[in-house]
Amino acid sequence: MALSLPAIMRTTAARLSALYFLLFALCAVLLVLYMTSLSARMLTAQTQETINDEVLGLARAYQRGGLPVLVRVVEARSRQPGANLYLIADTNGQILTGNVQSLEPGVIETEGWTTEPFSYRRFGEGELERQRNTAADQNETQPGQNEVQAEGEKGHNAIALVLRLPNQMIMLVGRDLGEPERFRAVIRRSLMLALGMMGLGGLLIWFFVGRAALKRIDSVSEASRRIMGGDLSGRLPVTGAGDEFDRLSENLNAMLARIATLNEGLKQVSDNIAHDLKTPLTRLRNRAEATLSGKHKTTDYRQALEGTIAESEQLIKTFNAILMISRLEAGYSSESTSRVDLAAAVRDVVELYEPVAEEAGVTLESSVEGDFAVNGNRELIGQALSNIVDNAIKYSTDATGKPAVRVALGRVGGEIRLSVTDNGQGIPDDADRARATERFVRLEKSRSQPGSGLGLSLANAIMTFHNGRLDLLPANPGLSVVMGFPARENH
Amino acid sequence: MPATTHSSSEIAYNGSMKILVIEDDREAADYLEKAFAEAGHTAHVAGDGETGFTLADAGDYDVMVVDRMLPRRDGLSVIAGLRSRGNTTPVLILSALGEVDDRVTGLRAGGDDYLTKPYAFSELLARVEVLNRRASAREAETVYRVGDLELDRLSHSVRRAAREITLQPREFRLLEYLMRHAGQVVTRTMLLENVWDYHFDPQTNVIDVHVSRLRGKIEKGFDKPILHTVRGAGYMLKSG
Repeated sequence: MALSLPAIMRTTAARLSALYFLLFALCAVLLVLYMTSLSARMLTAQTQETINDEVLGLARAYQRGGLPVLVRVVEARSRQPGANLYLIADTNGQILTGNVQSLEPGVIETEGWTTEPFSYRRFGEGELERQRNTAADQNETQPGQNEVQAEGEKGHNAIALVLRLPNQMIMLVGRDLGEPERFRAVIRRSLMLALGMMGLGGLLIWFFVGRAALKRIDSVSEASRRIMGGDLSGRLPVTGAGDEFDRLSENLNAMLARIATLNEGLKQVSDNIAHDLKTPLTRLRNRAEATLSGKHKTTDYRQALEGTIAESEQLIKTFNAILMISRLEAGYSSESTSRVDLAAAVRDVVELYEPVAEEAGVTLESSVEGDFAVNGNRELIGQALSNIVDNAIKYSTDATGKPAVRVALGRVGGEIRLSVTDNGQGIPDDADRARATERFVRLEKSRSQPGSGLGLSLANAIMTFHNGRLDLLPANPGLSVVMGFPARENH
Repeated sequence: MPATTHSSSEIAYNGSMKILVIEDDREAADYLEKAFAEAGHTAHVAGDGETGFTLADAGDYDVMVVDRMLPRRDGLSVIAGLRSRGNTTPVLILSALGEVDDRVTGLRAGGDDYLTKPYAFSELLARVEVLNRRASAREAETVYRVGDLELDRLSHSVRRAAREITLQPREFRLLEYLMRHAGQVVTRTMLLENVWDYHFDPQTNVIDVHVSRLRGKIEKGFDKPILHTVRGAGYMLKSG
């Protein structure tokens, strides 16, 4: 995978790695700075203590024998290897004795501790350097020559205590800062090393961890692009590792499946609308056209208009049913559910349909005893049940014996079953029975009966809304429509 | 079955009403204004919620017809506002939304009845007449009388011309509702809503069968019809 730097930086993995690296680096630098400054202060304090001791010793020598003894002691100490810095100058600042050849101007003019480290040059150092320079001159191509020179010019850094002797001469006792400087250099080097390793570690983590995640995400976006491109049956890859990515993919796949179902439903509805609503609309239009053309009596117009109203009313009913089914299938709002007594619902609907059944010569009987409470919407359950009872009355009229419809209520396990059974011809074909709850499906023999073909689909949608199911079972003879509700938990 | 039928326009409604229509669809509002005038009522139209509220607050209307979705102030807020100011004018809510929840929120906001668009004007007219506050004083009466028909709400007894008529409980409630609104057109959906407490459209016209059964009981053996069918609208209980 060849990616340009800006492209890499656009990935979350790289950004996170960079961010973590910066944060850690900042912390490390701050910590190291704090520690070095602390150590440097301690070293300085130590140096000052040493100088103080020296000064005390020198003061004793001065007390013992005055200036000549002091000068002698200073000279002796100056020659010792790794000696401190000693300098005695006259009132004009002219160096009289000591091991300091030259120093920054102005250092000996103020008494007390030098506020800043100053640079100086020791006796004998010039010689050493000159020797080194001559050696370097012999092979001129040697790089770094000037650097050495520059460093030599600069000399060393030191801190010192400047005192005025009782005879107004100036004495300086100091100590080279070489040790703390070296310490700083070591710290600086190890800090650079640590930062370098952290950067490398960050890169490695990004490469192995970040890029693996990146690849997974890329494969997911790749798959979604394919799906968006029209391959609606496509699914996101699941590796089987069971990690977050798999869970994400599984959930997205479930969502895609749900969308596909809804989409399928929508497609079916639009097909059905196109097919089943166009017919009555065409009829409506033809009737109006036929009435307008030619001469008619007023009563004819009246009749045509009344027919138009009746037809549009039927259309509105059909539309309402379609809308309601869609809303129920889309989830509806669960706000409108409460405790519903199914026995009472059955009694109400049976009572509502009893005269209709009697007029059609159908015996409508119900056996509902006991407490059958479900969580639901009384209105919707009533509507579903009345659609089913309505159908049962219509289709029981072709019974061989006395047509009868029986409504029964019972409990099977955790399910409350409300069944409506007729003794008509039923739906002998299994496939037909399965299709009967689909929208607008009107089985061959029902074409002669009035209705939109939505009654059972609406009942089915209502049962889905109640987390229940609608089953069509053969009753031999006849058909048994069973509404299965999950029993209400007692709280 | 011996049943006299009237067309809705032939019915003489009892009294003229002053109706406020709050509806933003100009065409629908004009149609309502004209149709109410033809039925013998006076209708005023407000095109938005704010105007409607001002008119309703100032005027003395018998019934208001309020659309739910209105510019400037929505219908439910207009009704709630009026109710909080002590205005008790009956309100019929018109809405394109027709699900159970919408109806419940509408009635909770202070509406007295709810009708879903598209609706038949005969349905709207019948409901508005029933809502009319000057006519709805019968709630408190214990005995309803229409001609020689008498219904006692306490003893649950019905007699016509001093002859006792036995009714099933639901038939009693059906007759009770018809008698409370005697002289007014009562539609099938109004009966289904008020007597059975269902708000859906049954596939078969079950109400017709119930009414004809009731009619058989209260008219059979008596010379005068009392329960009339109003074509294209519904039923009306009326003596003479």
